[in-house]
Amino acid sequence: MPDYETLRLIWWGLLGVLLIGFAIADGFDLGVASLLPFVAKKDEERRIVINTVGPVWEGNQVWLILAGGATFAAWPSLYAVSFSGFYLAIFLALFGLILRPVGFKFRSKMPSSAWRQTWDILLFFGGVVPSLIFGVAVGNLFLGASFHFDDLLRVIYTGTFWELLTPFPLLCGLLSVTMIVLHGGVYLIAKTNDPIAQRTRIIVIISALTAIILFAVGGIACAWQLNGFQYLSAITGDAPSNPLGKEVVLMKGAWLHNYTLYPWMMIAPALGFSGYIGVIPAVMGRYEKFSFILSAMSIFGIISTVGLSLYPFILPSATHPGHSLTIWDASSSQLTLFIMLLGVIIFLPIVLIYTSWVYRVLRGKVTPEILEENQTNAY
Amino acid sequence: MDLSALDLSRLQFGMTALYHFLFVPLTLGLSLIIAIMESVYVMTNKEIWRDMTRFWGILFGINFAMGVATGVPLEFQFGMNWAYYSHYVGDVFGSLLAMEGLMAFFLEATFVGLFFFGWNRLSKLQHLIVTWLVAIGSNLSALWILIANAWMQNPIGSHFNPETMRMEMTSFYDVFFNPVAQSKFVHTVSAGYVTGAIFVMGISAFYMLRGRYMAFAKRSMVVAASFGLASALSVVVLGDESGYTMTEHQKMKIAAIEAMWETEPAPAGLAIFGWPDVKAQKTYYEIKVPWVLGLIATRSLSQQMPGIQELVRHGKVRIKNGAIAYGALEKLRKNRLDKETWHLFQQHQNDLGYGLLLKKYTAYPQRASIHEIEQAAQDLVPNVFCLFWSFRLMVGFGLYFILFFTIAFILASRDRLEKSRWFQKMAVLSLPFPWIAAELGWIVAEHGRQPWTVDGVLPTFLSATDIQASAVWTTFLAFITFYTVLLIVDLKLMIKYIRLGPVKALGPQSFGRVIDAGL
Repeated sequence: MPDYETLRLIWWGLLGVLLIGFAIADGFDLGVASLLPFVAKKDEERRIVINTVGPVWEGNQVWLILAGGATFAAWPSLYAVSFSGFYLAIFLALFGLILRPVGFKFRSKMPSSAWRQTWDILLFFGGVVPSLIFGVAVGNLFLGASFHFDDLLRVIYTGTFWELLTPFPLLCGLLSVTMIVLHGGVYLIAKTNDPIAQRTRIIVIISALTAIILFAVGGIACAWQLNGFQYLSAITGDAPSNPLGKEVVLMKGAWLHNYTLYPWMMIAPALGFSGYIGVIPAVMGRYEKFSFILSAMSIFGIISTVGLSLYPFILPSATHPGHSLTIWDASSSQLTLFIMLLGVIIFLPIVLIYTSWVYRVLRGKVTPEILEENQTNAY
Repeated sequence: MDLSALDLSRLQFGMTALYHFLFVPLTLGLSLIIAIMESVYVMTNKEIWRDMTRFWGILFGINFAMGVATGVPLEFQFGMNWAYYSHYVGDVFGSLLAMEGLMAFFLEATFVGLFFFGWNRLSKLQHLIVTWLVAIGSNLSALWILIANAWMQNPIGSHFNPETMRMEMTSFYDVFFNPVAQSKFVHTVSAGYVTGAIFVMGISAFYMLRGRYMAFAKRSMVVAASFGLASALSVVVLGDESGYTMTEHQKMKIAAIEAMWETEPAPAGLAIFGWPDVKAQKTYYEIKVPWVLGLIATRSLSQQMPGIQELVRHGKVRIKNGAIAYGALEKLRKNRLDKETWHLFQQHQNDLGYGLLLKKYTAYPQRASIHEIEQAAQDLVPNVFCLFWSFRLMVGFGLYFILFFTIAFILASRDRLEKSRWFQKMAVLSLPFPWIAAELGWIVAEHGRQPWTVDGVLPTFLSATDIQASAVWTTFLAFITFYTVLLIVDLKLMIKYIRLGPVKALGPQSFGRVIDAGL
């Protein structure tokens, strides 16, 4: 069995991989749902848009379930604190997400246009609301949440729902929605013909410019405005997971501290920017697959930037900085991390293999003819 | 109503779980029935079997979407409403949920799309494999979640770590091969197969009664009858009960199910009727079959089954020991190196959970009064009346299913299904029964687990998030509203497609044999 410190680092990386997996895989179908009312006007167009993700969104959403399950397993205190602390926000995201399975399945099962329009609106919210809330939640990681622990390590959350909606988290929420819309857009362009694709191209280009600006503003805020957290105690990578009894201070600009210590980390924000800079000419030049890869690259870069900036924190406490959750004191036991790692090593490649087979089977654009052929089951 | 956040969280979880469990059994059963139908299609090449696969597939899809939509809130609620639970047992329980996602959810969710969208893109054999993978994925997810649930009922393969204040896994092998998990898995998936079989039986019988789609309905019934008989036998014979002797609280659960207040000489009798009076701790009008309970529960004639009152007395001793462990733990927090306290803690750590029961009555369990210990010990008794009757109704339904499928099987083998209108009516009327039985089974298993979330380890009241009741009211009411609307929509669509029938639902051009048969 690898040592505890290594396992914790691996699982920190894997948490990132799963979140990035979720943002890339489920991200485009959330994005497609968010674009639905804007790029498709007639019912047939809407059905085309929905059917671009119809067969695959369900598998994609498992990335979120898995990210949740893996957080529960590998970072139980993170799971407990974030889900209970952000209670109403998480509930809103959840509500959006559970609209989707029934929305996709039920929408086209009744001919009435009122019925279909209602589901279209719900699907739109199901795409936008979770994207916005996940972004706002990530933004709040940078500010720290209002929580501490009692002697039994029960979490006591003292914040409110409205307290989560301050400028920096809202900026992150906007960035998140933009990323998701853009990602859904490049997918939609690859899977549809004009005029849907043409309308989407314009939105993608606007989104790319917006995302670049928002990401840059976020970086500037981290440098000049936000108080970052700094870990002062000596790090013992194999200590038991107990978040109490360490020393942490707040300092302006501390969230950029890691980039001075480890300059290689600059790769992450660089990837974030360059993907979106590249996606504009790629979309205009009709390089459909390449645009999708560039968008995925930016998602990878931006989410990695979050993780690397926060390192070694995963969820800081604004009210009791010493109770913040870090990589070294919030993980599950060495044995559990190891067994879960084995599970991931064995099963994740299998999942990736059959998922790519499914995409291969479903390759090609969604056209009215395809809907006609599959009358019984198309959405 | 003046409900605490704890009460509301319990109501919310219970409600959303019971609701989710309306869709899960049908997914389990119908996915396999569909896979069997498609296998016949691939082997015989008769188009009617493909049409059967596709028609039942439409209904499967509507139900599957509901299962997905209502499953996600359960995972989220662990963190949202049960934060201390998540912290305390995430090391074990969380890893099982993660494995479920990795091994099972990906499989079923990735291939279910291809099941619907792959008919024109896959070869016959490829599509059959996809269908089987969906069925296997659904069943695997049942396996993992039931291993997780079994650990809550019988938490083996783990220990308490005082430095991290939580349970940690010591043996994945033990957790995986938990004997409670095995009986639970077989029992639950069999119940799902019965649900799927009765669903197909009932709807096919509805068509027969109207004299429509006879060939289609008959074949569907033949598959459901044989599949259902095997499952009904398995669900009853391999019932959950064998697992009930593993822990002290499992013994309490069985004593509560039997409303057995006092210990009886072995082998104990099985009550088939009675009126448990919880206050007087007596059961009135009891009718007992001698020996049967002892035989089922202990598989022996000599082993004694403890009654509720005796188990409460045992519990009191464990609570006192647990209070000592709790006191030692508090001292250890101040001085980790105190050897004597460490020794004391280790002596009593297996009863720590019982000590935590006192937290409901006092902030300092180590100084609990006799009265407080008495109160905590009384909490060990689950709701006897509810368990007694839920269990009996469930078993009653189980026996009815055996009878029902035996008749179905005999009629099918004599080729008399089309002519037996009385049986067709019986099949339609039986439609709701498997759902009622499944919900009752859930109540027996989970309500019977109270006052624990994790048997002997963590009390329910301690597991909940410290949160304002108003927040939980908000989500609880939102769930109720949304779930009610969804249920109406779901039933509306189900009924629409059932009424449409296979020919119209699939479109005439894709419907071969049924039209040939002149039906």
